[in-house]
Formats: sequence, C-alpha cells, structure tokens
Amino acid sequence: MANRWTNTLKESDVTPEAAFLNRRQIIAGAAAGLGLGSIGGAAFAKTEALTPSDYEDITQYNNFYEFGTGKTDPAANAHTLVTNNWTVKIDGMVDKPGEYAFEDIMKAMTIEERIYRFRCVEAWSMVIPWNGFELADMLNFAGVQSGARYVAFETALRPDEMPGVRFPVLDWPYVEGLRLDEAMHPLTMMATGIYGKDIPNQNGAPLRLVVPWKYGFKSIKSIVRVTLTDQEPPTSWNKANGREYGFYSNVNPEVDHPRWSQASERPVGGGLFTKRVPTLMMNGYAEEVADLYAGMDLTKNY
Amino acid sequence: MIVQRINTGLQRVPTWPLYILYLMPVPWLLYLAQTGGLGREPIKALEHELGEIALQLLILGLAVSPLRRYVGINLMKFRRMLGLLTFIYVALHLLVWVVLDMSLLWGQMWADIWKRPYITVGMAGFLALIPLAITSNNISVRKMGASTWRKLHKLTYLAAILGGLHYLWLVRGIQFEPMIYMAVILGLLALRLHKRKAPQRV
Repeated sequence: MANRWTNTLKESDVTPEAAFLNRRQIIAGAAAGLGLGSIGGAAFAKTEALTPSDYEDITQYNNFYEFGTGKTDPAANAHTLVTNNWTVKIDGMVDKPGEYAFEDIMKAMTIEERIYRFRCVEAWSMVIPWNGFELADMLNFAGVQSGARYVAFETALRPDEMPGVRFPVLDWPYVEGLRLDEAMHPLTMMATGIYGKDIPNQNGAPLRLVVPWKYGFKSIKSIVRVTLTDQEPPTSWNKANGREYGFYSNVNPEVDHPRWSQASERPVGGGLFTKRVPTLMMNGYAEEVADLYAGMDLTKNY
Repeated sequence: MIVQRINTGLQRVPTWPLYILYLMPVPWLLYLAQTGGLGREPIKALEHELGEIALQLLILGLAVSPLRRYVGINLMKFRRMLGLLTFIYVALHLLVWVVLDMSLLWGQMWADIWKRPYITVGMAGFLALIPLAITSNNISVRKMGASTWRKLHKLTYLAAILGGLHYLWLVRGIQFEPMIYMAVILGLLALRLHKRKAPQRV
C-alpha cells in the first residue's frame, strides 16, 4: 500500500538538506519565470512547486504544549523526552492487538518521503519534507476489524519528561481522532523523520500523525496508543472548546475560526516583511480528499 | 521619613530622559526582529512584545494614584508620560498588525474588527485612548477645566479593561499570563472603588 501518493517534487531517495537548498533556487527561478505567464489562479494550482521550509524553522517554531505554550518552548524543553524503548499500543477493534515496539513497526513499514503543506489553525504555515509511512499500512499490519469506523490516538503523558503538563492548558493526555476512511487515505501518514533525519523530539518523536489537509493540531505527536473503535473518539481541542475546534478541522478558507479569519496564512521563515498568502481549500489537497466529505455541510462539520 | 525622601528625590528626576529610555525597546526590538533575535516568526513576536509593553505601561499609569493614596509615594509628575507612552506602544502594536501581520488586507481586517471579539475589543481600547492622548497637555486641561478633563480621562479605566480582555481572549487553552495581567488591572481599579475619605493633613 505504500507509495500510493506522489507529488511533483517527490524524490526517490531521501534528500540531503544541501540538495534541498540547491533545488530551492532552481524552483524559485522556475516559479519566477512561470509567474509572468500565469498571473491569477494558476499560481496556486496543485502542481505549484513547493519550497520546503528551512530545517530550523520546522524544528524551532512548534506547538507542543506538553513542553510549554511558547513557540520556542518545545525546542528548548523536549530534549528530556526519552524515546528509547518506545512502544505503541494498538488496541480496540483489531485482529492483533498489542504493545508494539517502535523498531518492530519500522521494520514492517516502507519509509518514503513526502513534501506536504502544513497549515496551523493559528494561520501560519510551512512546507515540510516528512519521512514516514502510510498510516493505512500500520493499521493493516494490526488488522482492522470490519465494525471499526474511527481511529483514536493518544500522546505520551510523562510529567517527569514533559514540563508543560504541570499546567492544565489542556486535559492531558493529548488525544486525537480520525474517521477510518480519513485514516486509510493515501495522504495520511505517520512521520518518523524530517529532511531525512530522525524526527526531533519537539516535532513529535519518535512517530507522529500527519494529515496534510487538516489543521496542524490534528496531527498528534509522540503517539503511544492507537485504538480502533466504532464511536467518534474525543479530541483534545474539541473538548477544550467545541465551538472553536470541531472533530474534522479540515483546512477551509471559507469557514473561519470564531476568533480569527482562516482566509489567509503567513508562511513561517520569511522574516519581518513576509506577506500573507491565500489559504487553499483543504490546504491544497481538495482534489484528493473532497470525496471523503461529499454531501457534508462543512460549515457544520468544521 | 523615607517616603518623603523618595518623593523629594523623584521631584528632581526630569521626565524627558525617561521618554527616551522607555522608547529604547522600539529600535532594539526592530533590530532583534531583523537579526533573528525574535525567533522564527518575528512579526507575531514583535506584535506581541509591543502589546505587552503597552499593557505594562497602562498598569504603571493606573498604579500611580493608589501608590500615592496608600503608600504615599508621589509619581504624579510621571503619569502623563506613562499615558502617552502607552498610547505610542498601542499605536505601534496596531501599526505592526495592519502593515506586517495583515499585509494591508483591508477587507479581511475590516471583517476581523467586526467579527472577532478580541480584535473588536482591542480596537475599542485603542479608540478610547485617542482622546486621552490628544488632551494630554496643559492647554487642554485649562481649556476643558480640571473636572471635565478628569472625567474624560476616566476612559483609561475602560481602555485598561479592554486591553486586558484583548489579551485574555486571544490565547488558546488555559494560560496564566493574560489572567495575571487582567487580575492586576481589576485589582488596581478595585482600589478606586473605595470612597475617598476627607483629605488628611500629613
């Protein structure tokens, strides 16, 4: 099931950072050339060249409230998280429930690289070259039973290693959920690396969810438990404020957060004079995922 | 008495160097923003720093009269400066929002001002400060008469509450810093609820 999705920038090998930097200049040049002939809608077409954000931007500007609510807190504090001997409990409606060692999961999976847009609900964005595997592969590895309709995820809760959980910012542990068809979608992945390196703790080591068409908080980090269920599972931000954060939380420029507009976003890393850019429907993945929500009122199922 | 000595000392401090001192953070923050000192997203950081300094100045201004009344320390000669600096920092905070944060997207800003409570409240707070900044001079006090002027400047209380709400309303989840600011503001306003006793000779 791996390699079900590729984009125009997909490299067959894990790309070293230097090659990314090198290529970015080529892309920038190509985009500038194209820009002249395609002013207007084409600039945001699906085939638009994605320039990956700098490694430093991706790893030093994070929301991971278990390590503090400041954007630099995770990078400063997450080194205390022990990721050795990591296990993921896969339970609920699966054929082979159990406590799986991270290494054993990795052995069974096909690691690939995917360059995805990442859009935070706070209206900033990045482009991240992830390494990881399709979530569908891990779920099939455990054997999904026929009655299962949802997948619930849980982040590690370790007060000794996570200074942020002393404060009741959210109801710990952090939990998230997907509908089974969303979880099985080719775009949905479990990331274990960035720029070909092991994923840093502040980005959700050793493995995290990545659902590129949803706001970033759906992409739960440092996962210790995955549960197949027939009930819609509770999700942390929805529990904290259901009016602001729905179960679906698909990126949608037409449905605003009650406290701010989602029509535009600012790419992180461009410095003091970075212009906002329009936010794309489903974060630019509408073509791939629109079928999942056919017939649903997206203003109600936000 | 020590309080008296402090007060005599304070009378000797001129205000103009304090304006310069308190405006130093502006070029410093701009320098940091340009050189990576404000992190990976300098626009938000700059916006938040300016807003926070404005709130702190507003709180200092609100503390002047309770300090005199309950402690005896007289900072009255600095209160106009604190008020004007508050206005300057709020204006810079707004300028960063309009130009850098919102990239002059007037349509989206206009919608946000009406639809987003924390922006509505912040903008209302800024509007409340405008007449205060305009009348922060001796000519206005004379023209308006001291009692009318004093009444108008009670708008500070409204601006303070709106400023505190603005911060409280924008964070996600339960966070303590904005709660502390709001508590200090409400505390300083509550001290004013006490009926003023007949003036006593010291």
